[in-house]
Amino acid sequence: MLTQLGDEAKLLAGGQSLIPLMKLRFANPQHLIDLNFISGTSFIKEKDGILRFGAMTRHAEIEDSSIAQKIPILHDCAAGIADVQVRNRGTIGGSLAEADPSGDWATVLMTLETEVRCLGIKGERTVPIEDFIKDAYTTALDHNELVSEIAVKKPNGNGGGAYLAFKRCAPVYPTASAAVQLTMQGEICKEARIVLGCVGLTPIRARESETALRDKEIGEKAVSAAVEAARTASDPQPDMRGSAEYKRALVGALVKRAINGARRRALGEKIELSHIYA
Amino acid sequence: MPEAVQNIPIQLKVNGKLHSLNVEPRLLLVEMLREHLDLTGTHVGCDTTYCGACTVLMNGATVKSCTMFAVQADGADLLTVEGLEREGQLHPIQKAFADSYGLQCGYCTPGLMLATHQLLSRNRQPDDKVIRKAIAGNTCRCTGYQNVIKAIQLAARNMDRV
Repeated sequence: MLTQLGDEAKLLAGGQSLIPLMKLRFANPQHLIDLNFISGTSFIKEKDGILRFGAMTRHAEIEDSSIAQKIPILHDCAAGIADVQVRNRGTIGGSLAEADPSGDWATVLMTLETEVRCLGIKGERTVPIEDFIKDAYTTALDHNELVSEIAVKKPNGNGGGAYLAFKRCAPVYPTASAAVQLTMQGEICKEARIVLGCVGLTPIRARESETALRDKEIGEKAVSAAVEAARTASDPQPDMRGSAEYKRALVGALVKRAINGARRRALGEKIELSHIYA
Repeated sequence: MPEAVQNIPIQLKVNGKLHSLNVEPRLLLVEMLREHLDLTGTHVGCDTTYCGACTVLMNGATVKSCTMFAVQADGADLLTVEGLEREGQLHPIQKAFADSYGLQCGYCTPGLMLATHQLLSRNRQPDDKVIRKAIAGNTCRCTGYQNVIKAIQLAARNMDRV
């Protein structure tokens, strides 16, 4: 259908971004293809250490899933997106395909080994999340392709992750967010992935922050170096959510807390984390 | 100009009653409820997926009916505020909101009560934190949330006794 209808057609997943964008006339598709009635597109499965999510799986289904709980950072994300009503409709595949710079999923999934399965008339291909998100609102999807599945590799036993996003109130996009995944050996951090959300056109991998933690003890010194590097790596735009300076400070604070959460989880603690809002 | 579009036949249950309608594909669910079925208890507040005044239950889960097309509810089972009372008797949630002064102007109340409905259908003993999270998608601009939370706690207790 996408091939037939051309550029004037858009796919409708959960609709929690697309429909508001259409009301604002920011999106003006002549045709909508509703994916909600296609069976078999919503599932959560685990096999051989890989969690697979159907593209039309709702945020609320991930929030309530015991399988998704096995990677706590996924629960942090799913449970805090917007509000109950939006989580009941919005989908993980739709969120990734939209690639809003303030979306939650891409930031979180970039700290993990994630593959996005893209399905088109020519067949299926698998794209790592880093290559899938190209730019703001731009993905590796061809016009006549859609996201069919998201596959996430479970981190090893010494791994722990945490996601924190700050928003002014529940229904809005976060002002800034930070996702951290650590592999610990005792108190020494062996591997680190730190991704910053809402502070650039795409989620930003803060590689200097990661270097600041790698092979170090997670103490005050390493953490403040990582926070400083994250602030430098961020590239926020001033908007109604805050000035660039404010967002830079905020993302640093979130990185600090997320490192602490990831460390505790990697060391086996069970803690609850999610979006922070008034 | 876009060419004229054909209406689409849909069938859905609203408050237990089956309806067959022919609707424009662009018609929002909230407009269908208000304009086609005269169920004006579901309100349009912000129309931007923010305020939750248009919240209804679809197959037991809350949705913002301003952020769905009516055709997407084809085959669904909807509950709106009009479906809460039974034979002239207020639903325990409605009674609790009245008894706890959980409303002032009442514009957000239908949405809040349906958000409460989803919460209490899954958790009969929600603590304060859980309640606050459950109604985070419903904005009240006059009474504030303290009495709303009291109302939900009261509703939980009353429904437990039923």
